Amino acid sequence: MDWGFILERTFSTMFGVEVMVFAMAAVGLNVQFGYAGLLNFGQVGFMAAGAYGLGVSLSYFQWNFVVGILFGVVYSIVLALILGVPTLRLRADYLAIVTIAASETIRLFVRWRQMKEITGASEGIGGFADPFYDVAINPFNPGQRYEFGPFSYLGRDLWVLTVGWILLIVIVLLVKRMMSAPWGRALKAIREDEDAARALGKNAYMYKLQALMLGGVIGGFAGMLQVIQKGSIQPDTFNPVITFTIWAILILGGPGRTWSPIIGSMIYWTLISFLENVLRGLPDNQADALEDTIKLSDFNVSQVRFILVGLGLLLLARFRPQGIFGSREEMALDDR
Amino acid sequence: MHTGTRWHYTLLIALLATLAGAFVGTTAAAQSDTDPNDAGVFGQLSFEDEESGEDVPAAGVTIEVEGVGSAETDENGEFRIAVPEPGNYIVALDVETLPDGVNLRNPDANPLEATVNQGRDRRVLFPLVFGEAEESTVGAITFRRVAQLTAEGLKQGLYLAMAAIGLTLIFGTTGLVNFAHAELVTFGMLSTYFFNFYGLAGVIGFLAPLPPPFGGGVNLALAAVLGMLSGALLGWALNRFIFRGARRAGVSLIAQMVMTIGLSIVMRYVFVYVFRGAPRSFGDYAAQRAISLGPVELTPKDLIAMGLSVLILVGVASYLELTRMGKAMRAVSDNRDLAESTGIDVERVISLVWMSGAALAAASGVFFGLDQTKWDFGFRILLLIFASVTLGGLGRPYGALVGALVVGLTINLSTLVIDAEVKNMVALLMMALILMFRPQGILGRAERIG
Repeated sequence: MDWGFILERTFSTMFGVEVMVFAMAAVGLNVQFGYAGLLNFGQVGFMAAGAYGLGVSLSYFQWNFVVGILFGVVYSIVLALILGVPTLRLRADYLAIVTIAASETIRLFVRWRQMKEITGASEGIGGFADPFYDVAINPFNPGQRYEFGPFSYLGRDLWVLTVGWILLIVIVLLVKRMMSAPWGRALKAIREDEDAARALGKNAYMYKLQALMLGGVIGGFAGMLQVIQKGSIQPDTFNPVITFTIWAILILGGPGRTWSPIIGSMIYWTLISFLENVLRGLPDNQADALEDTIKLSDFNVSQVRFILVGLGLLLLARFRPQGIFGSREEMALDDR
Repeated sequence: MHTGTRWHYTLLIALLATLAGAFVGTTAAAQSDTDPNDAGVFGQLSFEDEESGEDVPAAGVTIEVEGVGSAETDENGEFRIAVPEPGNYIVALDVETLPDGVNLRNPDANPLEATVNQGRDRRVLFPLVFGEAEESTVGAITFRRVAQLTAEGLKQGLYLAMAAIGLTLIFGTTGLVNFAHAELVTFGMLSTYFFNFYGLAGVIGFLAPLPPPFGGGVNLALAAVLGMLSGALLGWALNRFIFRGARRAGVSLIAQMVMTIGLSIVMRYVFVYVFRGAPRSFGDYAAQRAISLGPVELTPKDLIAMGLSVLILVGVASYLELTRMGKAMRAVSDNRDLAESTGIDVERVISLVWMSGAALAAASGVFFGLDQTKWDFGFRILLLIFASVTLGGLGRPYGALVGALVVGLTINLSTLVIDAEVKNMVALLMMALILMFRPQGILGRAERIG
C-alpha cells in the first residue's frame, strides 16, 4: 500500500475545496442553529439558491459576474423570507419540517423540464465560471499543479481556495464580531429564553428572521464557491444528505462556537478522505478478501461513508450534543 | 392494569392477523382473474454519448404499461414487463427518470400503443437523444381524467394516512418529530419483499433451501403480515434501545430529533447496501390488468389494498376510541403529566405507540410497494407525510388522516393544470399556507404553539 500517496491525498484534503465549502455552509448553520437556535434542516436549499442565483444570472441573463454574486445573495435572502415568515412565530419543529421539505422542492423545481431554458433542468448549467478564473489578479496557472510540502493542488483549485479561505475567515471574524455586539447578544438571549427576551422588549421574530437570512446568505456563498470550483451546476448534487453532513460537521465542532465549523469540517473530511483512500488503496488481494467478507466495492465505500455519517450524528447527538470541543454551559442541543 | 395491557397487545396482533387473513382471501380471489402467460413488452433504451459517440444504455428509467405495472431498465438499459393477456396496451416512459441531459427524441411518441400477441414478447422503441426535447403540454381537463386522478389521489391519501398517523402519534406522546419515520415505511416494504422471496427463515440466507414457509418465499399476503410484524418489532426496539435511554438521560427533544436524522441516514444506506439501488417488484400480483369502474380504471390489487387500508384506519380509530389502551394513548398525547398521575404507565403507552406506529408505516410501505419497491421510497414521500401531519395538526391522529387525504387528492388533481413532475411542490405550498393561516392544522385546537 502506498502510504505516501494516501497521506498526501489526506493532507491535501485538509485545506481542500470540500473542507472550505462545507465549513462555509456550517458557518451559516452555526449562525442559525448555534447562535439563534433555529432548526434549519434545509441548508442545502440555500446553497442551491446561491448557486442558481449566480448561474442563472450569468448563463441565461448574461449579466456581469459581480451582478451574478449579488443575485446569489438576493435569492438566498428571498428563500429565508419564504421559509421564515410563516414558521418563525411557531414552535421550532415547524421550521425543521418546512426547511427540509423546501430544500427538496427547490431541487425538484430547478430540474423541472419547463425550467429548461433558465436552469437547464436536469442537465444543469455549465460554462459560467470562466470570468472568475480569467480575472487579472489570479496569479495561478489553471492547468499547473502546485506543491507545498505535503500539499498539492491544481492552479485552478488553488485560486478558488485562496479566495474561498480568505472569504471564509473574513466571514467567521465578522460573525464573531456580530455575536459579541448587542445584536448577537440579543440573539443568544432569545435562544436561551425567548419569553424573557420578549419581556425585555426584544422583537424575537425579527431577530430570528435576520439570523435565518444571515445564515442563508453564508450558505449561499458556500453554494456559489462550490459550483465555481466545479464549473457547472447539477441539480441532483443539492440533495438532503448534504444538509445532514453539514449538521454532522457543526455538531462535531460544537455548535455556537466561533471556529467550530472549520474544525468540524477539517476533522470530518480528513477522516473520510483517509478512510476512502485506505479502502481504495488496498492491494488487490486484500481488497478481494474484504470484498468476499463484507462486499466492499467502490460503490459501497461511499455507502459505508454515509452509514458512518448517520451513526456519528446519532451518537454525537445522544452522548455529546455540545460537540467534541464544546462546553455544555455555552451551548448544547437543548430545548428552546 | 398489567394483564389488561397484555390483553391489548393480543388484541392488536389479532387485529393485524384478521386483516391479513382478509388480505389472503381477497387477493387469492383476485388472482384467479389474472392468468399470467409468457407475453410481455420489452425493449432497450440507450443514447449516444456526446463526447465518445458510443451508445450508452440508460439504466433506471421507469417504463409503465398502463393498468399492468411498471419496471425500470437494468444496467444494460433493458426492461421487460409481463402482461396478463394478449391485447393492446399503452406503454409510457417516465421522462423524469431519464438520466441527466437525456430526452426522448420524439416526446409526442410517449406513451405508445403496443399490441401483444399470444405467447410472444412485443418490442417497443423509445429513441433517446442527448440534449433538446420538445415542450410538454398539460392535457385537457375531462371528466374521465378528473375521476381517474381522484381515485389515484384517494389511493395515495389512504396509504399516506397510515404512515402519517404513526408519526403524529409518536409526536403526540413523546414530543419527538421522527425524521426516520419514512425509513420505517421503506422497512416494511423491503422486509415484505424479502419474506415474499426468501420466506420466514430464508431471509438469513443459508436457510433459504428450507421448504416454504420457512425458506423459498411465502405468498405476498403472508409476507405483508410478517413485514408489518417486523416493522412493529423494529419500532419497539428503536424505542427500547435508543429513545427510551435518551429520554431517561434527559437528552433534549432537539438532540433526539437530530438522532432520528442520523438514524434515518443509517437505515437508508443500510437498505441500499443490502437491497441495492435498482427498484424491484413483489413476486406476486406484479402484472394485473386494470378493471373499469365507471370512468375509473384500477387494478384489483389497488382496490383490495385501498379497502384494506380503510379497514386498518377504521380499526385504528376504534382502537383509539374504544379500548383502554387507546384512551390512554390519547390521554398521554393530551397531557403527559396528568396522564401519569392518574396511574397510566406512560412508558408502556409510548412503547405501544412506537410499535403500532411502525407497524402502520410498514403497512403503508407494503401497499405503496405493490407498484414498486425501492430503497429510498420512504424518503421520497417524507415531504408528503410531513405535509399531511402539519395539515392535520401535529399530534392529532384524525387530523393526520384528513391531512393525508387532502394531500393525496390535491397533488394528484393538481396534475390537471401543472406537470406531474412538480406535483409534490403543491404539498409544500399547502403546508406553507396552512402554517401561515391556521398553524394548529385543520383539526387542531387553537392553542399557543409559538
